[in-house]
Amino acid sequence: MERLPIYLDYSATTPVDPRVAAKMIPYLTEHYGNPASRSHPYGWEAEKAVENAREEVAKLVNADPREIVWTSGATESNNLAIKGAANFYAASKGKHIITVATEHKAVIDPIRELERQGFEATFLEPEPNGLLDLAKFKAAIRPDTVLASVMLVNNEIGVIQDIESIGKICRENNVIFHVDAAQATGKVKIDLETLPVDLMSFSAHKTYGPKGIGALYVRRKPRIRIEAQMHGGGHERGMRSGTLATHQIVGMGEAFRIAREEMASENERIRMLRDRLVNGLQEIEETYMNGDLTHRVPHNLNMSFNYVEGESLIMAVKGIAVSSGSACTSASLEPSYVLRALGRSDELAHSSIRFSIGRFTTEEDVDYTIKLLKEKIGKLRELSPLWEMFKDGIDISKVQWASH
Amino acid sequence: MAYSDKVLDHYENPRNVGSLDKNDPNVGTGMVGAPACGDVMKLMIKVNDAGIIEDAKFKTYGCGSAIASSSLVTEWLKGKTVDEAYAIKNSAIAEELALPPVKIHCSVLAEDAIKAAVADIKAKKLAKVAA
Repeated sequence: MERLPIYLDYSATTPVDPRVAAKMIPYLTEHYGNPASRSHPYGWEAEKAVENAREEVAKLVNADPREIVWTSGATESNNLAIKGAANFYAASKGKHIITVATEHKAVIDPIRELERQGFEATFLEPEPNGLLDLAKFKAAIRPDTVLASVMLVNNEIGVIQDIESIGKICRENNVIFHVDAAQATGKVKIDLETLPVDLMSFSAHKTYGPKGIGALYVRRKPRIRIEAQMHGGGHERGMRSGTLATHQIVGMGEAFRIAREEMASENERIRMLRDRLVNGLQEIEETYMNGDLTHRVPHNLNMSFNYVEGESLIMAVKGIAVSSGSACTSASLEPSYVLRALGRSDELAHSSIRFSIGRFTTEEDVDYTIKLLKEKIGKLRELSPLWEMFKDGIDISKVQWASH
Repeated sequence: MAYSDKVLDHYENPRNVGSLDKNDPNVGTGMVGAPACGDVMKLMIKVNDAGIIEDAKFKTYGCGSAIASSSLVTEWLKGKTVDEAYAIKNSAIAEELALPPVKIHCSVLAEDAIKAAVADIKAKKLAKVAA
């Protein structure tokens, strides 16, 4: 069998840490009780495990365990938070929502759905570095603004938004504030005791836990109310019905415990690897980093290689598993909407690669990646008429291209 | 996405990469596509006085299928008359490379590049006759 490529796509998903997997297995085969069963030890055991995990999740973000609601993942958490809060407070507050154009689709699409139901939404464009201008955010608030949703860490470019300042503005204006933190846990410190955030979405599988489990933080003081999106047995204080997936929850708890204990040293190691990767790749001519250089997580590097098309680049570097900023592979020819929102030209957006490194990345992996990129970019530029024009001193943005 | 073996072969070992002398009166150039769309193809053909294509070179910015489509047509063009070249259809390119439906536009672009190069050489030769 052909050797698998080196995994550099930790922002897409992470492997489950073996310590996490080991802790999950007994809850499939031995302690299989329903945590809602109150009449026998099977249920009690499962309930205990679920509550331990809830405590671990709460501890990572300095929240009260009673503020954590289990969901199937960050997409469900975002849907529950946005639709749940917007619908609950619409009558008293209004029907206007503010978000950012570079949010994940799991935030954008629920808001689009609310628009179809009569809400109005403002999608703010970020600055060219990917960060939201606070003055623009403040200016977008209206008397009928009910909810704002801004992600903590961007999934494509890794930039960290100033959640504290945005939250303060929301508080001053009596706007409910939701934050998608799927990409942030274990990467940036989150303290919900001090952060003015009302709702926060989490995912397990971006932080070395299993897929299919996530959580929503719902603030108790001041109390935030949401309308349930899933109705049934009234689990999770009525906010999210459905039998709790004990083994998944145990996995998320263990993954978040490890993140809390190890994130300081792990992030230092990952930062060194990322810097090594940046330094190596910047030796290639005409490369551009996407996203703010300082306000970003150490795990992410998003780089555009000018005059090389993204999909052919991905094909050329099949020795590594990375993501392209170009969505060509999904049949549309649209480049990344996130990079476009930063004002990147179509060509640069098309020729970008997201490298995301993590717990199991080694120095050898990084050195191999640098060598591979240098070789393949050279080869593709030999093939590129745009590179030839650039070398001849022709300004490609001034050329009249025939549209097709 | 799974590519056909033929696409992979042309992508990994592209034939006739490069440029011809654009000032040569016997060389026609076709440049089609746009960077914003993710594909640009430059095709150059050298045509002798009998109207036979003696040489063909390409450079392509685009996905693997676009590179393979242009590499393939440079192979097909050599030895053909300009009129035979003009008659090459994108469907033949797509069929030879087993392109999936989402990549048919790559073969369309290659056909457009041939037509543009042929039009260029015809215009050049007419200009020469007129002069």
